[in-house]
Amino acid sequence: MNLTLKVWRQQNTEDKGALETYQVKNISSEMSFLEMFDVLNEELIVEGKDPIAFDHDCREGICGACSMHINGRAHGPWFKNTTCQLHMRAFKDGDTIVVEPFRSAAFPVLKDLIVDRTSFDRIIQAGGYVSVNTGNSQDANAIPIDKKNADDAFMAASCIGCGACVATCPNGSAMLFVGAKVSQLALLPQGAPERESRVLNMVAQMDKESFGNCTNIYACEAECPKGISVANIARLNREYISAGFSTES
Amino acid sequence: MSLNSKIPNGEISDKWDDYKGHVKLVNPANKRKLEVIVVGTGLAGASAAAALGEMGYKVKAFCFQDSPRRAHSIAAQGGINAAKNYQNDGDSVFRLFYDTVKGGDYRAREANVHRLAEVSSAIIDQCVAQGVPFAREYGGLLSNRSFGGTQVQRTFYAAGQTGQQLLLGAYSALERQVALGNVEMYSRHEMLDVVMIDDKARGIIARDLITGKLERHFGHAILLCSGGYGNVFYLSTNAMGSNVTAAWKAHKKGAFFGNPCFTQIHPTCIPVSGDYQSKLTLMSESLRNDGRIWVPKKKDDNRKATEIPEDERDYYLERRYPAFGNLVPRDVASRAAKERCDEGYGVGTTKLAVYLDFADAIKRYGRIEAGKTGRADLDEASIIALGKAVVEEKYGNLFEMYEKITGENPYVVPMRIYPAVHYVMGGLWVDYELQTTVKGLYALGEANFSDHGANRLGASALMQGLADGYFVIPYTLGNYLADEIRTANIPLDHPAFVATEKEVNDRINHLMNIKGTQSVESFHKRLGKIMWDKCGMARNENGLKEAIEEIRELKKEFWSNVRIPGSVSGINPELDKAGRVADFIELGELMCMDALQRRESCGGHFREESQTEEGEAKRDDENYSYVSAWEYKGESDWVLNKEELTFEIVKPTQRSYK
Repeated sequence: MNLTLKVWRQQNTEDKGALETYQVKNISSEMSFLEMFDVLNEELIVEGKDPIAFDHDCREGICGACSMHINGRAHGPWFKNTTCQLHMRAFKDGDTIVVEPFRSAAFPVLKDLIVDRTSFDRIIQAGGYVSVNTGNSQDANAIPIDKKNADDAFMAASCIGCGACVATCPNGSAMLFVGAKVSQLALLPQGAPERESRVLNMVAQMDKESFGNCTNIYACEAECPKGISVANIARLNREYISAGFSTES
Repeated sequence: MSLNSKIPNGEISDKWDDYKGHVKLVNPANKRKLEVIVVGTGLAGASAAAALGEMGYKVKAFCFQDSPRRAHSIAAQGGINAAKNYQNDGDSVFRLFYDTVKGGDYRAREANVHRLAEVSSAIIDQCVAQGVPFAREYGGLLSNRSFGGTQVQRTFYAAGQTGQQLLLGAYSALERQVALGNVEMYSRHEMLDVVMIDDKARGIIARDLITGKLERHFGHAILLCSGGYGNVFYLSTNAMGSNVTAAWKAHKKGAFFGNPCFTQIHPTCIPVSGDYQSKLTLMSESLRNDGRIWVPKKKDDNRKATEIPEDERDYYLERRYPAFGNLVPRDVASRAAKERCDEGYGVGTTKLAVYLDFADAIKRYGRIEAGKTGRADLDEASIIALGKAVVEEKYGNLFEMYEKITGENPYVVPMRIYPAVHYVMGGLWVDYELQTTVKGLYALGEANFSDHGANRLGASALMQGLADGYFVIPYTLGNYLADEIRTANIPLDHPAFVATEKEVNDRINHLMNIKGTQSVESFHKRLGKIMWDKCGMARNENGLKEAIEEIRELKKEFWSNVRIPGSVSGINPELDKAGRVADFIELGELMCMDALQRRESCGGHFREESQTEEGEAKRDDENYSYVSAWEYKGESDWVLNKEELTFEIVKPTQRSYK
């Protein structure tokens, strides 16, 4: 199939940036979306032009590096999917596809489709862990965990940190990301000792990074490649309120 | 040069305890003065950086990704082994040790493997304490499954995302140390050389991939945790950015390269669909717990899989290896698939695929579920629906991934799979302390050669990465650093830093100034094809000799005709890739030389000249029971050193899974 691409080009963070139009020909429906970009980049290089920069690594939907906003949707038209796993059979001959970076105040564009998501790392630094030094642990089976809680914790922990939730939220909220980590550790006994300080510190860092707040739009859940539930945002709110009431100071 | 593997004396089960009891220690006040550089933040790097930070060392960690959480350990699917014996099925440290040495086709170092088995239990404890949500049974205790090459259930897992959960555990421990100020994190940075001062590794030159600027970093010790080099084949299950550069630069500065030709070709990957293909996707080995592998009994059978009746299917693994069936080790399963396809029994449009079928498992689980709830008289469709739900809980994400890539529903039609490059057992040669032949330079995880011999068993890579990082290096590093407490930080204007940075800078400028006509990618693809055709699943003398010539030609062409667009400053992924491909080309030559000199078959290394009458790999213990450790002398010039392997406990025999 032949397609028209309108791709966001931006030299660096300071540059204003604009959409540029490209034609790609003979694209197989079996290709992945990023392989279509490989084909385009190969052509640009041979023509002596600057290829399009985009983040990608595992290309199997788990590392969370890819971050394209495709036709107005984070990771494109398929649900529960990352850009790298999107395949060209989602499109038809003659389509025009608009590709932009994930946009948010907290995700400045570095070049073309590459954005800076280190704000997520700083949120985890604020408390997204259990403070246990190596070698301090008891036997793994000494802590039985209700299977339902373990499964829910796993579902929350399957977040790949891609930022689709932020990019798709009109408020630029990171509450699905934060809620997923807070939930995982709140559902497990290992997370209990730091339960209150964790949620307060992570939310404070989230605010500091200029992410917005949740107003129950649920676009984040709809676009999350791992299908992480907004129930985790509800749990984040409960944890936050209860921590606010029960801690000193 | 004679290699000293520093294996402690004494009984195999006492060596590690004795070592720990006598190793030198560094007191807490001195730890604060010692700086450690960690390159790579996968399971080995993140766990090492976190553990060393906790101990009080000053750590600097580097990764080329935008966040340490994205290292390719994240993509490991199936699980992690540990000798917990929670299933009461006869597992023990000795069994795990024995299975691993045998699985590696008797080309691993016994003492290292035993230590790995010893610390395996503590890894699970540590991960659970961090909040890693492993799969559990209804009673709240941990669940296990089987993997290839073993007859016990010792694999812990988190659906098909075990690597993700373990890495996020190690990442959270790392980020905690960043918050505490014990670790300084440098993401989007790539190590481009080791700085040597007085025969010791004293720092690195790294490039900031956002600005393009080179940086000098001092360290009292340097840990390379930079993963494997499977991308030398272009198509592999590795991430697009996975590369050999850090290890290769270390090699050129004096670190010997161990068993470079030992490559693991994983039997169950989604087959190649076209020449635009950029990478291959694994379908976890855990699927072989329940999936049955088959091809039609008739050659060139073009019927749909579901139309081929049971008695016209050849379940060739079950037929050839009744004792282990579908759970034979990876090298054996891969070769068997290649054999069937080469003989003309392959399926799918390319005929380079075999079926992995879940129909039986779905029915079996459905009947169990029906029985549990007293509904044994349910009709077939309802039983299948119940069974699908069970299979979905176990492997749901893998089935989804398969469907996205192929457009076929594996709950209804069998998966098509074919072997693909997945892991490398080879890597930098290290001694028992994980130190390379360069003082102060260590290699951990897949970047070293040490524990898996000529074939790695499934669910053992995660175990080794975390063992090295959490439980080995925190002890062995002190033995070196205890003698470094008087070494003050070396200033970054030391002539060695200046000279090394200049070398790196010159090479980058050289690459940029070639201004040829061919893209980096096109050279990488050509290298991959040479490697896959001549140094892949089967190798022979003539092919390897041809490959070496072809790679030398390719290298010349690369250095005279590669085109790198853009500039040195700012983000330039093509330049990043060019440096990596240049290193892969040099490595490819060494891999072929290593495969050429090893005139035996062992594990994943199959020399066509050395096979049994039944087509199994035939080892030659008399002549090749050694680790090849290659010493770099100059361009296309290496000296082969040998570390003889001695087997005190596990007596090498012809490996049999029949």
